[in-house]
Amino acid sequence: MNFLKRHAISGQTSAGQKNAAAVSRRDFLQAMGLGGGLLMGSGFVAASAQVAAADNAPAMATGETPFFNAFVKIAPDNTVTILVKHLDMGQGISTGLTALVAEELGARWAQMAWEYAPADASQYNNLFWGPTQGTGGSSSIANSWMQLRQMGAAAREMLVAAAAAEWKVPASDIKVSEGVLSHGQRKAEFGVFAAKAATLPVPEKPSLKDPKDFQLIGKNIPRKDSLEKTNGTALYTQDIQLPGMLTALVVYPPKLYGKVKKVDAAKAKAAPGVVAVVEFPRGVAVIAENFWAAQKARKLVQVDWDLSASETRSSSELFAAAHSLAEKTGSPVKTKGDAAAAITKADKLVSAKYELPYLTHAAIEPINCVVKVEKNSCELWFACQMPTVDQQEVAAATGLKPEQVKINTLYAGGSFGRRACPSDYVVDAANIAKQLPGRAVKMLWTREDEILNGRYRPMAVHHIKGAVSAEGKAIAWQHHAVAQAILRGTPFEGMIKGPVDGTVAEGIEDMHYAIPNLQVAATELPVKLSTLWWRSVGHSGNAFVVETFVDQLAKAANKDPVVFRRELLASEPRALGVLNLAAQKSDWNKKLPEGVSRGIAVHKSFGTWVAQVAEVRVNADKSFNVERVVCAVDCGVAVTPDVIRAQMEGGIGMGLSAALGEAITLNKGAVEQSNFHNYPLLRISDMPKVEVHIVPSAEMPSGVGEPGLPPIAGAVANALFAATGKPFTKLPLGNRV
Amino acid sequence: MISLTINGKEQQLDIDPDTPLLWALRDELQMTGTKLGCGMALCGACTVHMNGSPVRACSLPISAAAGAKIDTIDGINSPAFQAVQQAWRELDVVQCGYCQSGQIMSATALLQGNKNPSDAQIDAAMSGNLCRCATYHRIRGAIHQAAKNLGGKA
Repeated sequence: MNFLKRHAISGQTSAGQKNAAAVSRRDFLQAMGLGGGLLMGSGFVAASAQVAAADNAPAMATGETPFFNAFVKIAPDNTVTILVKHLDMGQGISTGLTALVAEELGARWAQMAWEYAPADASQYNNLFWGPTQGTGGSSSIANSWMQLRQMGAAAREMLVAAAAAEWKVPASDIKVSEGVLSHGQRKAEFGVFAAKAATLPVPEKPSLKDPKDFQLIGKNIPRKDSLEKTNGTALYTQDIQLPGMLTALVVYPPKLYGKVKKVDAAKAKAAPGVVAVVEFPRGVAVIAENFWAAQKARKLVQVDWDLSASETRSSSELFAAAHSLAEKTGSPVKTKGDAAAAITKADKLVSAKYELPYLTHAAIEPINCVVKVEKNSCELWFACQMPTVDQQEVAAATGLKPEQVKINTLYAGGSFGRRACPSDYVVDAANIAKQLPGRAVKMLWTREDEILNGRYRPMAVHHIKGAVSAEGKAIAWQHHAVAQAILRGTPFEGMIKGPVDGTVAEGIEDMHYAIPNLQVAATELPVKLSTLWWRSVGHSGNAFVVETFVDQLAKAANKDPVVFRRELLASEPRALGVLNLAAQKSDWNKKLPEGVSRGIAVHKSFGTWVAQVAEVRVNADKSFNVERVVCAVDCGVAVTPDVIRAQMEGGIGMGLSAALGEAITLNKGAVEQSNFHNYPLLRISDMPKVEVHIVPSAEMPSGVGEPGLPPIAGAVANALFAATGKPFTKLPLGNRV
Repeated sequence: MISLTINGKEQQLDIDPDTPLLWALRDELQMTGTKLGCGMALCGACTVHMNGSPVRACSLPISAAAGAKIDTIDGINSPAFQAVQQAWRELDVVQCGYCQSGQIMSATALLQGNKNPSDAQIDAAMSGNLCRCATYHRIRGAIHQAAKNLGGKA
């Protein structure tokens, strides 16, 4: 397509953006355990990403809705459509990215529309990830901040130039506001000049607004996806209907890494509505005319499995193994001062041992993918989170080239990291569909399939010793984190720097507390189970560990938890900002009613600082309720404040869900959970009242999809610690103290 | 052949009588607003109204809905539904949106029977609907807002 060759601003970014990108990309790669720089040079990049980047070829207005650049098109009816390069899985990125363009374009919010960009990393790469298109690490707004503002500004200048030529007035005298170009009494909507403007030269350095003139950024603007998500018309993978489409349900082995020994599919093949039963590398698929036919026939398939490569241990054995590793010396990941020496001569010594479970993502839309394989092409319809990776993997599975793999991205009914998974469900769907060339096949997982085939948040064990001086200062912290790796054994394995996957100790090794003697070691726990980033990755559990241990140190120091943190964060102004705001808004120093206690936690992830205060009521029968959470967030410039608030609310709810009741456990290597009766998610009756306060900031924007989650478990556990005097070091907390 | 009324229109379905209502809607009638979440009536994503009351379509055989009046998100248009939908938009409740068809159908049923529910009544009526994005805080607010929008007209 012509427009794809015409990348108006050629991916160049301002100096400010480069700096931000460098920092945030490093943060992201560290967070993902990828290590800086390796993603680009790993050879893991799809061929399409290697297509020559942008040129400044002459404008090619296509059809009736001319493209101004790879991200902006304006129709004669004045509709401005943004191509969104990131997956909207609920985090509201379609609204946020549209706002960036609309702001600089000078458009009315009501005239803005959006659609997903195609899979083409040469145009739509994540600027923090090198030549890879994808969504993750809470990086979407941050990497797009300057890019999309420039795209909007360039389109505005082209419209102005077209109007100036037509009206024969200097461009500098034309104003653009609320979707109207004006000069004196003369006014025109964008659509009048769109076709002409799109053919004009693309400004290389369009001028951007002064932030004080922002009309949309920082304002409460309505989400762009509310209408279709409240009338049943929003399209998810689940909803795709194509001519002749079939439904595939899969018989997977009872444990990961199981292999088919023998299949008896005779009864299933004879069942009504069944079109085929096919084997593929990870299981057996029953392909039928509809879901119910496939579901009934699936139960008739007899498979003998070879489970010799699968895990055989139970959770208790895994925790014992992890504790045993934690007693040994781990790989040093951070050493400052001499923690061991400081601890031997400490006035007050605190120690703790933590246990965190495996978790599963449990988006309400179970995993699914629609694939149609033809001789020289393949087309997919699904909520695609990593287009570049998925293109390459589907190409490998089907014997095609990545550029022959067309991806139609749809809404995700949640992801929380699950859809950013290489070598998994997308490849399964392609391996099934390629056996019925020319037919669209919708592979559906049921809830049971999804939990059985989870890519779990790793379990972990932490052993910590800390020391407090006679004056009540934290002087030493010695920490050994043991967890299953995320990248080990995946196509990303080559990106692990050093002996241990970086996700094991993320949020610990880079803690911001000024502790003079800090020693953090990490060890991987090998388990034959598959793991993955789960909303906020290592931070999801590590913030709980760090924040509850800080409260134990504060108690040893005989100091209030907020005062104690303030001292340790004295040189971290943004940390202090959220800490003080949360304390103030929660009336931290005000007495609570009988039976209610408070806990605080503060954590930075993905460049964003969040502090949360939880108010917890402990009842006479020892049950407890989290009644109120006050959250303060500093994510730099708050592009869409209401979406930020929503992400904090959601992060708190999901983090609380995990903290209270979620755990994946193994019995002789088999996952014991199967549906929401034994993997309970938070329900509305357990959702506290939430207040979110945003710290005003002119810093570069950072992400909000994940950072709202890490602090809540620690804030709740600290409230329970305050109530009972008993430290809580094991998740889930359950519902009784 | 099973006859029932769906969104005001009579339908004759010649399908396996144990097909869950959910799959009759989705696969036979291409009404995809109602979602699969768990298949065991544990999450509420498939909530529809049968004769005005909320039911979980994933676990209801179509044979058990014979002769019934079914309303789904794709076609319901009662004053309570309109008020709920409007409130959902005013408060921007949705995130991923996948569970929201079920949330909205449960909220609509609540308001059809209770014009001004308390927080506790909302929690009780909505506790069968899971939201992994945890939009619960806004759902509560939106149901109060919908009650106000409705102004006693349910």
